Amino acid sequence: MLAAMAKALLVLILFVGVCAPFVAPHGFAEMSRDEALSGPSRTHLLGTDEEGRDRFSRLIYGIRISLILAPLAAVLTTMIAVFFGALAARRGGLFERAFLIFSDALLCIPWMFLLISVRALLPLNADAGVSVSITFLLLASLGWAGSARVVRVRVRNLLVRDDQLWRMASGIGDARSLFLHVAPNLWPVIKTQFWLAVPAFILSESNLSMIGLGVAEPLPSLGNLIHELENIGAVRDAPWLLAPLLVLVLVLLLLSAATNQKRNETI
Amino acid sequence: MNRAVVACLWTLLALGALASELRFSVRSEPRTFDPLLVDDSSSETIRYLTGGPLIRLDRSTQKPVAALAASWRVTEAGRRIDFELRPGVVFSDGTAFTADDVIYTMKRLLNPTTHSPLADSFPTGGKPVEMRGVGPHGVMIRFPNPIADLASLFDQVAIQSRTKPDAVLGPFVLSEHKPGISILLVRNSHFWKKDPIGKQLPYLDSVRVSIQPNREAEALALERGEIDFIQNIDPEIYDRLSKNPDRLEVFNDAGASLDSEQLWFNQVPSAPLSSTKKAWYADSHFRRAVSYALRREDLCKLVYRGHAVPAYGPVSPSNRYWFSAAGPPPSLDDALKELKAGGFKRSGDTLMDGSGTRVEFSIISNAGSKIHERTLALIQQDLTRLGIKVNLVMLDFSSLIERITRTFDYDACLMSLTNVGLDPNEQMNVWVSAAENHQWNPSQKSPANPWEAEIDKLMLAQSASPEMKDRKAAFDRVQQIVREQQPFIYLVHPNALTAVSRRLRGAAPAMLRPQVYWNVELLSLSN
Repeated sequence: MLAAMAKALLVLILFVGVCAPFVAPHGFAEMSRDEALSGPSRTHLLGTDEEGRDRFSRLIYGIRISLILAPLAAVLTTMIAVFFGALAARRGGLFERAFLIFSDALLCIPWMFLLISVRALLPLNADAGVSVSITFLLLASLGWAGSARVVRVRVRNLLVRDDQLWRMASGIGDARSLFLHVAPNLWPVIKTQFWLAVPAFILSESNLSMIGLGVAEPLPSLGNLIHELENIGAVRDAPWLLAPLLVLVLVLLLLSAATNQKRNETI
Repeated sequence: MNRAVVACLWTLLALGALASELRFSVRSEPRTFDPLLVDDSSSETIRYLTGGPLIRLDRSTQKPVAALAASWRVTEAGRRIDFELRPGVVFSDGTAFTADDVIYTMKRLLNPTTHSPLADSFPTGGKPVEMRGVGPHGVMIRFPNPIADLASLFDQVAIQSRTKPDAVLGPFVLSEHKPGISILLVRNSHFWKKDPIGKQLPYLDSVRVSIQPNREAEALALERGEIDFIQNIDPEIYDRLSKNPDRLEVFNDAGASLDSEQLWFNQVPSAPLSSTKKAWYADSHFRRAVSYALRREDLCKLVYRGHAVPAYGPVSPSNRYWFSAAGPPPSLDDALKELKAGGFKRSGDTLMDGSGTRVEFSIISNAGSKIHERTLALIQQDLTRLGIKVNLVMLDFSSLIERITRTFDYDACLMSLTNVGLDPNEQMNVWVSAAENHQWNPSQKSPANPWEAEIDKLMLAQSASPEMKDRKAAFDRVQQIVREQQPFIYLVHPNALTAVSRRLRGAAPAMLRPQVYWNVELLSLSN
């Protein structure tokens, strides 16, 4: 019941984000320089920021970017994890050992340092949309190691089960066996890894934004909107600055509720 | 037993209260403790607190005053300077300070293998500099060329011991360095200066300089009484703190500082950019158009909350003598005229160059600076009025420096320029085309443009002229060329904002750096 409600709310928030151009009262980059730092009003429900941009509209666009790109990145990272995890389990031997060493190395490297380094090497002349896609692509391409190890263990367990040995003895081919018998049993693990990756990526983007390396201006994301809270003293005078943080916490809680249910399914 | 413990605690607390330790923070780790290699503001802080110069620039009166040299005389039209050293002065380790130490320091400074950033201030043209001791306390230095405002340049030259590299002549001595955390300086008991009633200076027992890159954390530390002052405070934090009536700090807005925020286009011929882009950036019409389209008043109002003044040239209006006023601020129409003159044309909302290529470029700046992020957001919108698409890229500081100093793989950059002194000689390392800090096209073998050649000539002429009137005329012409060519597009001069704890006595914040602790030996703390 709780999971269903969480999912329904997530869908609603996602819907609002997707329909941002129709729902938001102003453009995310639209500046009213004479109305900078104004408080909440009918025109600007959450007031305006330092450049006179409508905070409410930017929040809606921010939801769109975080809630569309984080799941897309999670899909990509889960696909990479399944590919390498399953291949390592199936091939075994040297390949599996190399996979374990590589994934260990990837898990040990401080990801923030790696992201900053890789991002600095990217071309500068990418517009904000491409830049944000690259940020999430980077997160996806660096964040698959943990999931891949989980997948590997699960595939290994499936491959040594009695029914699998029976299939091999019956002459059923590798590919057919993997797709028809292993994959369906692996599905709950894949779903769980996906649901775990989504909040992790939203938070990673927030962390990058907090140090100014996340989604580039003028595009908003939940991460770079929270950047304003660095000036925590300002919250005393303008508590509506907390809105992006509250939305982020809500989204993460909803994702957690959904993830818990998936975990239970897996167990 | 318990009583003994309590008594010990009270004794420790009492001792702690008696020891007067000034605490403040810098935003990064000092890159060096060698006073001749200082090239960043954190290292400059340590040099100021530990180094002893022959002459000190009084930040309040902006005049040079005697320090280790009891007197000095500049002769031969600014070519020669004679110092009469203060007798009886000793280094922090007790060894005597002599003319040989001055000569050793100057030789090391001028030696090209030292790579001292201060060497640019004493241009010798590769010719030898004559130095010798004169009598028991005299030193004579003769430069091959006249050097303008020679005495003031010695403010940054901390004299080193020729025998003990760690011995200093300043009010404090380096005692402890915890990398990334703090630097503890303790009182130099051999410091030469006494107050008018003969009491040994400095009054403070120690200075703890913590390393705190986060400005919010710095502000919180001031509010909690963990540090005693902040200088160059962010306008947003300044406004927030100063609005609170219960504050324990004194706030001071000293008006426009000497610093500036500026944008420049990459004009390095070997830069890995397309020939189309290189042509745009080399075109003065294009640079002027970009400059004219920027609404600097909005930057002052929105980004700096009124704590800044618009900048149209390299000299801040606070620097009254050297400031050369520009005409009325250019408008968007002027920008459009410049684009037309440069062969650019509008196609709907898009600007095209003569070959039909859409005008689009990126601006890089340092990540984590809210001021720069906001400035760039406004610049981006201002330039859309010309049909120019701007991509904003925030990079971590080391990547940024790598691009602007080594790979030159960037279109345009926004950065702050810190000016320490009033004299144009302080900017030699920026304006001379061979200089490393000539950011738009550094370290040129020969000037790339006639106007750069003229700036070189004018800067060298003003630095060598003994006549202030001639120097002023030369530097006015430099400012005019800069306004015409816009190699740097100046945006604003931020105000010098400081917040000082009321327990700090003797502080008189000035516009020049270091604004608060320039008279550190006279500062004290009340309980």
